[in-house]
Amino acid sequence: MISADLNIILPEIVLAGFALLGLLGAVYTSKDKAAGVLVWVTAVVMVLLAGWVAMSGDGSTNIAFHGMFIDDSFARFAKVAILLSAAAVLVMSESYMKLRGLLRFEYPILVSLAVVGMMVMVSAGDLMALYMGLELQSLALYVVASLRRDSVKSTEAGLKYFVLGALSSGLLLYGASLVYGYAGTTAFAGIITTAQTGETSLGLLFGLVFLISGLAFKVSAVPFHMWTPDVYEGAPTPIAAFFATAPKVAAMGLFARVMHDAFGQIVSDWSQIVALLSVLSMFFGSVAAIGQTNIKRLMAFSSIAHMGYALMGLAAGTAFGVQAMLVYMAIYVTMNLGTFAFILLMQKDGAPVTDITLLNMYAKTNPGRALAMLVLLFSLAGVPPMLGFFGKFYVLRAAYDANMAWLAVAGVIASVIGAYYYLRIVFYMYFGEERSDTLDHQNGGVLTVVLMASAVIMIVGIANMFGVEGMAASAAASLVN
Amino acid sequence: MDTHLLSIITFIPAFAALILAVFLRGDDAAAGRNAKWLAFITTTVTFLISLFVLFDFDPSNTDFQFVDEADWLLGLKYRLGVDGISILFVMLTTFMMPLVIAASWNVEHRVKEYMIAFLLLETLMLGVFMALDLVLFYLFFEAGLIPMFLIIGIWGGKERIYASFKFFLYTFLGSVLMLVAMVAMFTEAGTTCIGGCEISLLTHNFGSENFELLGIQIVGGMQTLMFLAFFASFAVKMPMWPVHTWLPDAHVQAPTAGSVVLAAILLKMGGYGFLRFSLPMFPVGAEVMTPLILWMSAIAIVYTSLVALVQQDMKKLIAYSSVAHMGFVTMGIFAANQQGVDGAIFQMISHGFISGALFLSVGVIYDRMHTRDIDAYGGLVNRMPAYALVFMFFTMANVGLPGTSGFVGEFLTLMATFQVNTWVAAVATTGVIFSAAYALWLYRRVVMGDLIKESLKAITDMTAREKWIIAPLVAMTLILGVYPALVLDMIGPSVAALVDNYDMALEAAEAAVQTADASH
Repeated sequence: MISADLNIILPEIVLAGFALLGLLGAVYTSKDKAAGVLVWVTAVVMVLLAGWVAMSGDGSTNIAFHGMFIDDSFARFAKVAILLSAAAVLVMSESYMKLRGLLRFEYPILVSLAVVGMMVMVSAGDLMALYMGLELQSLALYVVASLRRDSVKSTEAGLKYFVLGALSSGLLLYGASLVYGYAGTTAFAGIITTAQTGETSLGLLFGLVFLISGLAFKVSAVPFHMWTPDVYEGAPTPIAAFFATAPKVAAMGLFARVMHDAFGQIVSDWSQIVALLSVLSMFFGSVAAIGQTNIKRLMAFSSIAHMGYALMGLAAGTAFGVQAMLVYMAIYVTMNLGTFAFILLMQKDGAPVTDITLLNMYAKTNPGRALAMLVLLFSLAGVPPMLGFFGKFYVLRAAYDANMAWLAVAGVIASVIGAYYYLRIVFYMYFGEERSDTLDHQNGGVLTVVLMASAVIMIVGIANMFGVEGMAASAAASLVN
Repeated sequence: MDTHLLSIITFIPAFAALILAVFLRGDDAAAGRNAKWLAFITTTVTFLISLFVLFDFDPSNTDFQFVDEADWLLGLKYRLGVDGISILFVMLTTFMMPLVIAASWNVEHRVKEYMIAFLLLETLMLGVFMALDLVLFYLFFEAGLIPMFLIIGIWGGKERIYASFKFFLYTFLGSVLMLVAMVAMFTEAGTTCIGGCEISLLTHNFGSENFELLGIQIVGGMQTLMFLAFFASFAVKMPMWPVHTWLPDAHVQAPTAGSVVLAAILLKMGGYGFLRFSLPMFPVGAEVMTPLILWMSAIAIVYTSLVALVQQDMKKLIAYSSVAHMGFVTMGIFAANQQGVDGAIFQMISHGFISGALFLSVGVIYDRMHTRDIDAYGGLVNRMPAYALVFMFFTMANVGLPGTSGFVGEFLTLMATFQVNTWVAAVATTGVIFSAAYALWLYRRVVMGDLIKESLKAITDMTAREKWIIAPLVAMTLILGVYPALVLDMIGPSVAALVDNYDMALEAAEAAVQTADASH
């Protein structure tokens, strides 16, 4: 019995075991000197695991530990996205961090542990499992945020993230305890039998609201977004890239999981809250980014706005909505990896810079990368024919189908506001005057590959989305029934 | 007919752009020359291939022809085709592009990127006119903003940044509302196929029962809302008064070739959109809005003609005159009878040639003097007789002199509107007089008189290249002016079908309302 359960969570066990082994090995041997190798090995392990998770299961749903852990198509879809994006971030960060003496052997290990937490999150079938996964992820992230120990900004980012994260965990726990109090169980399968339309107790609804608040913090939806710009700015850029990708997928996955598995019978009660979060995030993210000249802060606000669109799919409360959300997240992660690869390439006199005014006439000095970034920016803005447009099209359709035409209208208007600040970067790269203090011309290696690949995916992907659409559909079907 | 001809035409320019982007290295003069020649040859070949479509096209068949179809994401379809309404816009695009490339021969600055932008733009514009799937249409329609944004922003004049942002955000805001309406249509009709499928949007009957929204009674219901959403996009693109303000800025700042593309082709997307979507798909909504649109058109014609009268900048003057001419187009379309729609399409085609030629003419002297200020010129006829002749010809065509193509479109649309709304037609007719005033006054100030300005003493007449670019436009303007049946025979049956369906849909809606009233 127990072996069957263990079989189901084998990928998580393997990754956790790998992290511990790596820790042991590095501590007892060469410490930071092995960090570079360890980063690559971790990335390879993650890619292999992603392949394994993708191949396993063939559409079946496996439940382990009496419903604590659910392994279905939805979880597998999210896990593959998490593992692949984490691996991509790892290989992107290696040369950057080595150059700046940030490459410590703890880094890949902490990332692995965070990823284990994320995998547990998207598979959680119980409030306890949810909390366990969430905390494992968060604790690891708090530490990586302040990886640059002797920098005030980085420590500040870590501390800020920790304090606010602890607050949100508190909210979440409070909600969980209320839900437990009124439902009598922590298992989603039990909660859903209690949370039925028309007979939901007020206490349960309160619990639901607190749960949503805690989750909204993790996806950085307005009004729980305050930490995002500061953490992105303070943390080393590769870490910011990590924050913008894998944890967002995990948090959105968990969000969808809780809403549909535990509260799937009272969609009308939570969909309004989610819709409100969505509208606020889309508008705030778009408006607040206008004044930013620091590209990392700009991307933080951009990710807030993008979470708003992903939440729009969730707010629809339908299987198609979840599918739209998953498609959106997959596209979002791909775009962000490319954009952050570009940001990692921005350096002047050997030091990393984040001021977008320094991009002046980048198109002249580096036409290839500028063009790739142009594609990514228009994709982020949701301008066809880039893939980013299709992400928006899916969530708009989901919202309209769920009788939320107002949400769709709000979404497109916010996207016009958002287009402005993406265009501003294009303006600096293409329209500015030539100036002497240009950015360093350097051989990007892996970063250039990631940047180009992501730009090419944005254009080629419109043919068939590499089959992501179908996978997302079966994933959504396994979650919503 | 199973053929990929349309896909080939659409994607040849994009393919050439890809070749340029990947294989052409360096940015010296030789690379620039290669880019220019490759772009010119590509657009010319595209034009020649598109002639096959024109000659094989059967005007008497009102269905979509040369349909090319493949499955796509989300149950959407990649589907291209042409009918009587779209074929001429396709031809206009392929015809103008080689001229546009040739007119850019003296671009020295980032030539490769310039040619890539124009080639991509051609693909996207052709896609707009051929797309038979709603989302595919939107894809091409919106994507065209990107190259145009770059063309204005990189190769434009002094205020290019402001103009490019205004152009992009203005048109983007218009079209995202259309996107919501498209999502709504997808859900309501269950398909995004525009025409010729088992279920297609052109034959789907969208709901037109009145309902209340936020306390306001919506006459025409769903159809009116969808019509307004599409209207937001096409009216900006057209551009109609009062949302035309982006156009003068964009025109003035864009390089000559950019202005030509903008005036000759991009503006036609709005009119095409009205004919492809608004009128046939939401007849009840269109009917509700018709009086408003007719008056907006009349105001556009008179008001922008008056504004054109006081312009100091030649390009701005022509830009305002474009808005006025587009007023005739919207008037004709929403008169919704055979003459009106015929006239509107004819006016769009003819305006493509005439306004393109006018912008080219301004480009000719701008290249020499680097100013568009009318006061900087005067007496050009003394040193530039050929130029004076060409400019005279197109000034007259712009005014709508009989014998040029400008006359036919204006006359047909005015006649059609007269039958529908006499007052609008009467007001619009005064616009014809104003257009004569500003055009002739412009001509007098620039070309006539003595050549007294020192700076102009050394100006040279049109070069052979410039003459060759203008010559086809002169020919087309004359041919269509003398023998308009060339166009009208081509579009006639499709327009007749469009108008018939429109009338039938309105009758059916009215009958439905009456039976509903009777049953109460």
